[in-house]
Amino acid sequence: MGDAVSPPPSVPAHPPAGPVVELIAASKRYGPVHALRGVTLTIQPGEIVAMLGPNGAGKTTSISLMLGLRQPTGGIVRLFGLPPSDRRARSRAGVMLQESGTTGVLTVCELIELFRTYYPSPLPTDQAIAMAGLADKADARVATLSGGQRQRLYFALAICGNPDVLFLDEPTAGMDVEARRAFVASTRALADAGKTIVFTTHYLKDAEELARRIVVVDQGLVIADAAPRELMSQVAAKRVSFAVPRRLPAEALAGLAIAALDASDHRVRFLTNEPEMVLRTLFHRGVEMHDLEVVGADLEEAFLSLTRRPEHA
Amino acid sequence: MAPLLRMLVAQTRSEMRIRWRTPAFSLTNLVLPVLLFTFFGLPFARQTLPNGTSMGAYLLASFAAYAVGSVMVYGFGIGVAIERGMKIDLLMRATPLPPAVAILAKVLNALAFSLLSIVVLIVYGMVVGGVRQDLTVWMNIVARLLAGSLPFIALGFAIGYGSGPNAAPAFANLIYLPLSFASGLFMPLHQLPGFVQRIAPYLPSYHYGQLAWSAVGAPSEPLLSSLAWLAGYTALFLAVTALVYRREQSLKFA
Repeated sequence: MGDAVSPPPSVPAHPPAGPVVELIAASKRYGPVHALRGVTLTIQPGEIVAMLGPNGAGKTTSISLMLGLRQPTGGIVRLFGLPPSDRRARSRAGVMLQESGTTGVLTVCELIELFRTYYPSPLPTDQAIAMAGLADKADARVATLSGGQRQRLYFALAICGNPDVLFLDEPTAGMDVEARRAFVASTRALADAGKTIVFTTHYLKDAEELARRIVVVDQGLVIADAAPRELMSQVAAKRVSFAVPRRLPAEALAGLAIAALDASDHRVRFLTNEPEMVLRTLFHRGVEMHDLEVVGADLEEAFLSLTRRPEHA
Repeated sequence: MAPLLRMLVAQTRSEMRIRWRTPAFSLTNLVLPVLLFTFFGLPFARQTLPNGTSMGAYLLASFAAYAVGSVMVYGFGIGVAIERGMKIDLLMRATPLPPAVAILAKVLNALAFSLLSIVVLIVYGMVVGGVRQDLTVWMNIVARLLAGSLPFIALGFAIGYGSGPNAAPAFANLIYLPLSFASGLFMPLHQLPGFVQRIAPYLPSYHYGQLAWSAVGAPSEPLLSSLAWLAGYTALFLAVTALVYRREQSLKFA
């Protein structure tokens, strides 16, 4: 996805009225499963929001509600102040879905030209193709594309209508390093043009790099909603582990800023934001340790520290 | 919002490209009727029915009816099931394209393919089989078969939404082939076993065939009677479609 081409700036045609997305106490149940348990969220024009959370947290359900692909069991969902399935609202939204497919026998160019007709003021076809980095595949049939190229095609389909808001469900899934880098560049260009972007990811790195706001979803609830830097300071970012000759007495770890402690055997593991401070204290307390490791926590672990906050108070 | 007519035109054109480039569809619907006519029609093409109607014209009309129903049931029906299997409908559903426009495009495409299929068959019958009729007779057959194809569109739709991509072809064969055979589309009814002759008047394809048979002057039931039966079957199949469509929508989009 080349960063050379910028989309035309968003909006003036539409008055910069209210919020793009509104969820008010939105909940969703699939039979006995509570996918969302009352989420309230407002997204303003021009925001770049990452919905971050582990698999099954409710990210895709949130996006599906915003798009009107699913109906909330409770609460209210609006897109541009309208019910999301309203054609006027949909005409301003571009979508990239995680699990959708498309016909294989049309060419990239043909498919994009088809999708362009759905929107009132679409981008020129070659511009959409260039922004998605598919210029050399424009005349290839969709069935011949690789997984990564197919992701680019879906991105092209999402942006070809020149929408005011983009919904991207797990856009980087299946992208290689190069594709991902290009995707980040294209998304930034869209953001600079004033587009609103809402995407889901379970990679902390995606969210940090692209979003100006991160909404952390877990078990159907929003558990954090903040700017990336602010959020990172709340999240325990390092995982510390070391071996001990004897089981540690409980008081050895008392009063430390740690979370998700596991000291059940001869190995001690925990999460912390201040590994230096914690380790210094442990040395002071005369804790003998070997095989020490300090590594960046992955998302799953970072979430543990968010969801189980009381532990390190 | 984008104009609906422009969407419809683009959508129909895409459907046509997709069908045309899918040999399983284009061959089945353009070549198979010709093959069947070659086996079951050509050997008798020079004979005449007792009332003097050309047997060739009669059988050509039969296979034209078979061909149109086949496009509707196989093309439209299996196509919908396959698209659902690939979750194409999911992405389309999130675009501003109204579902009604998408469906109408499929119907227009099916009609266009039906027309092509009949024309291929008739030209083949004329050139290879030496079947001769006035142009107005052929045009009458085309017009009647296209106009009367509604129950088969509905049947295709019911199969497309009622079964998965793997089951749909089997379903379509299981329903449409016996239906065509028992209605006398493959060979004249009076050559079929007695119990089949007794069942035939209750089948949609039998009354559909009547539309074509009466156009070439073969003995047939009154036009109004055919239309009434076809209308009834359309209502029935649409009801089934509404049922399976609603079930599908509530599973996927509720």
